[in-house]
Amino acid sequence: MEWFDSGWGLTLIVFIPTVAAAILLAIPRSEEGAAKMIALVASLISFFLSVVAIFQFDFGRADQMQLGTKLEWITSINANYAIGIDGISLPLMVLSTFVVVLAIIYSWDHWPEPHNPKAFLILILFLATGMAGTFVARDLVLFFIFFELVLLPMYFMIGVWGDKQQVTLPIVNRVVEMRLYASIKFFLFTLFGSAFMLLGFLALYFKSGDSQLGIRTFDIEVLSDIATRVDPGFLGSAAPWIFAALFLGFAVKVPMWPLHTWLPDAHTAAPTVGSVLLAAILLKLGTYGFVRISLPILPEQSMNWAPIIAVLAVISIIYGSLACLAQTDMKRLIAFSSVGHMGFVMLGISTMTTIGINAAVIGMVAHGIITGLLFFVAGSMSHRYHTREMSRLGGNLKLMPVMGGILGFTAMASLGLPGLAGFWGEFMALVGAFNPLDGLDLTLFRTAMVIGAIGTVLTAGYLLWMLQKVNLGEPKAEWASVELHDVERTELLAWVPLLVAIVALGVYPKIVLGATDPAVANIVENITRAVGS
Amino acid sequence: MIDYHALAPDLIMAGTVLVVLVVDIFTRHERKYLTALTAMAGIVVASFPLVTLGFSEVGARTMLDGSYVVDEFAIALKAFFLFVAFVTVLLSFSYIEGDRYYQGEFYFLLLSSILGAMLMASARDMVTMFVALELVSGPAFLMAGWRKGDARSSEAALKMFIIGVLSAAVFLFGMSLIYGATSSVLFADIAAVLSAADAAIRPAIILGVLFILVGFGFKVSAVPFHFWAPDTYEGAPTPVTAYLSVGSKAAGFIGLLTMLYQAFRPVADIWGPAIWIIAIASMTLGNLVALRQENIVRLLAYSSISHAGFMLVPFAMAFVYDDAGLDQAFSATITYLIIYGIMNLGAFGLVIAASRRVGSGNVSDWNGLGQYSPDLAILLTIFMFSLAGVPPFAGWFAKFEMFRSVANAFSGSDGAVWAAVLAGAAAINAVIAFFYYARLVVAAWFLPVKEGFVPRTVSVAPSLAFALSISAVAVMVIGVLPWLVSEVSQFSTLVAGG
Repeated sequence: MEWFDSGWGLTLIVFIPTVAAAILLAIPRSEEGAAKMIALVASLISFFLSVVAIFQFDFGRADQMQLGTKLEWITSINANYAIGIDGISLPLMVLSTFVVVLAIIYSWDHWPEPHNPKAFLILILFLATGMAGTFVARDLVLFFIFFELVLLPMYFMIGVWGDKQQVTLPIVNRVVEMRLYASIKFFLFTLFGSAFMLLGFLALYFKSGDSQLGIRTFDIEVLSDIATRVDPGFLGSAAPWIFAALFLGFAVKVPMWPLHTWLPDAHTAAPTVGSVLLAAILLKLGTYGFVRISLPILPEQSMNWAPIIAVLAVISIIYGSLACLAQTDMKRLIAFSSVGHMGFVMLGISTMTTIGINAAVIGMVAHGIITGLLFFVAGSMSHRYHTREMSRLGGNLKLMPVMGGILGFTAMASLGLPGLAGFWGEFMALVGAFNPLDGLDLTLFRTAMVIGAIGTVLTAGYLLWMLQKVNLGEPKAEWASVELHDVERTELLAWVPLLVAIVALGVYPKIVLGATDPAVANIVENITRAVGS
Repeated sequence: MIDYHALAPDLIMAGTVLVVLVVDIFTRHERKYLTALTAMAGIVVASFPLVTLGFSEVGARTMLDGSYVVDEFAIALKAFFLFVAFVTVLLSFSYIEGDRYYQGEFYFLLLSSILGAMLMASARDMVTMFVALELVSGPAFLMAGWRKGDARSSEAALKMFIIGVLSAAVFLFGMSLIYGATSSVLFADIAAVLSAADAAIRPAIILGVLFILVGFGFKVSAVPFHFWAPDTYEGAPTPVTAYLSVGSKAAGFIGLLTMLYQAFRPVADIWGPAIWIIAIASMTLGNLVALRQENIVRLLAYSSISHAGFMLVPFAMAFVYDDAGLDQAFSATITYLIIYGIMNLGAFGLVIAASRRVGSGNVSDWNGLGQYSPDLAILLTIFMFSLAGVPPFAGWFAKFEMFRSVANAFSGSDGAVWAAVLAGAAAINAVIAFFYYARLVVAAWFLPVKEGFVPRTVSVAPSLAFALSISAVAVMVIGVLPWLVSEVSQFSTLVAGG
């Protein structure tokens, strides 16, 4: 498979969806069947190729970039089309192609209003390119392009197919539809963060020219190499500023408290598939940025900022959980739960230990499949009940046993039940916090661990509370005369793979950790060397 | 010695200008479209010698004792202006034909103005530059007042004319001061004198440089010399507005940059801080006012003011750059200018097409455009997001180069704070700008058609559709392969040697 390993495989994984989107543009809007088929086939090919990538991937060298290539792109600034995957990006790339397939299957007969499958599928396919592309990019400019590429499709998804409920805006006191408010808020927050992120990238570029290497570069590996081996002090006094700029870009995306406010609005307003993709993949772009760029290129600053990140992560955990308990809207509750779960991921990263960063990556994957499934179920339920108000729901298990069962199971996974996927990320993050990297404040991190542990209890609390309100009890009288059908074929087709993945990852976390561990160990080793020297 | 090969593009354009008039005399009323075809043919023919010049090995061709230079920089910009002319003719075609009068004269004026812009790219002394600048502006005054019956069009022309005369006077006064201080009009000589000038003549130099800056400030409509632009842009026929906001603005920028770069480089400490203030003021004010606009052409007018600010950003840190940094700032501005030109022409073309379909130029009347005209709405999305700088459309690279130039200034220790403020202002403005561009997209896609609204059943004229297609394709291709522009801008750094 020479052609696959030399970069073609990854290129096809990333760009086949774009090609399919271009084909969709050309076919008439009325040909819905053809549009669906083309999109499904394209996403399946992309997923199939990413499975091939697993087999072509050399797990013995998981700490190195593989299956990649490097072609000249914008020569005047030495930016290249450099792609490749290591043990950290592999699981995330597979996750992204996997979830896209399921999103298209689920969409098969669940089209949000206004019905327009062709346009909706085109947006999903563009998203697929942006998401997979971010995980394979090895060049900062390329990373930036893919990172931004996901904004437009998601913006349109929320704005056109989103929630039409009227809301009153804070401060200006104007009444607008939820989708309009949420879409622009989502875009402005992310754009604001990424403008500063871009400045940070540029500063790295210029500083690398002043380093002992003497060449200006956007190459992530080369920059990491300068930071950890060639010339660790190359950023000089600009380092804290550069870290802050990158932090802003990534933290908005994660999102970390207090930059999270776009998330509940965007998740709640987005159509089901939009929420799934947002939760399952888009949030990971931020945490992935920390692991892939901030830690290896700015090890010393990462050390300095680690306590701040840990504190913000813990606040996110507690705040997210408490906010969940205050929700009446089921989808909004799940949205806020993401703030808490991503807090655990960030806590893992802030410990800067092998176990902590491994926890972060497996936490990302687990959150992707679990919360993705929760949003699927919540979407399907509101499709049937025409409401997401938990006070009106109840007795779901009696009305729709299979749906209720899946919801219950997924909620259990989300609260971190041992044996299911959600457990490892939380547990290992807390273990990491008990014993952070040498040089980090032990008291602070152990306090963070204790508060995080309280957070897991709160997480269990709000999820069980939700289950109690939605699933248990007697159905309300208003549903007696309503025809409610249980799960449909396409729903099962989309959800069963996720259920299987939740169990598999819970029982055998090595699926992810086996790939990530060498890569994470390499990062931590480099950090230790850079900080030590 | 006259190098006719080097002069060929300009000579062909000058010839075309005259041929258009002759064709106009000998054609009957209903066949006046021949004048437009003549103009386009002339533009295409003029581009041939540009290609051969681009591939020739001779290098920079200097004429008239260094007053007139055809180097890679000039070739690249002449090509850009020919592109602008071509697209503008396409945009104007159906619009001007609809009015049924003075078609020949219109293209005559447009091509004269373009000729001025082409001369501007080669001008290397103050007199040549002044002549070129006025050749750009003169016909533009007339074109702005093209709709004679419309009071606003006349107002547009009058405002532009008065401001134009004022700026010419200010500009000439500045030049006379510089000439007095350096006793030369050649940029290269001025630079040589300035770098060794003694303190006694410094006040005259400061005044001269600042006056010239103000003169150009009016031409490129940078804050606080911008106030004529929105009224003129709104009142003028839309194709003319497209040309004013791209062609004549670019010509002003080229003049400003060549002059700062070649003549006033030794005194960057005088003009650097002034540009710093103008850049931040233009970005911020242009953006904030654009947020409040209801009329789309006015919105684009203010957006073009803010883009002028973005284009000046690379030069605002001139006082800390070394030579390499200044080269890079120059190429960043040229890159920005070229990309801005292409996407803004597209945006105005879209406004012409969509306004006809909708029957109004107000944002709120465009609600639901995507439902009855998805093709126009897709184009709108492409151009607006490109102007906002969102990847993968060309605009991102313009903003990227601008930021790259500012980030460069961080390496110099003394300018770090200035650079940081500038970078922060540019970043925040990039976000604000997105807000008003998105308003159009929101109207087109997210909002329902107004009740009782019936779109007109006019189809887009083929010439306009062609112009829109080439702009859209260019915006997308440059977005994915930005080296197409950056390589051209790289040439421009060679100007440093001159």
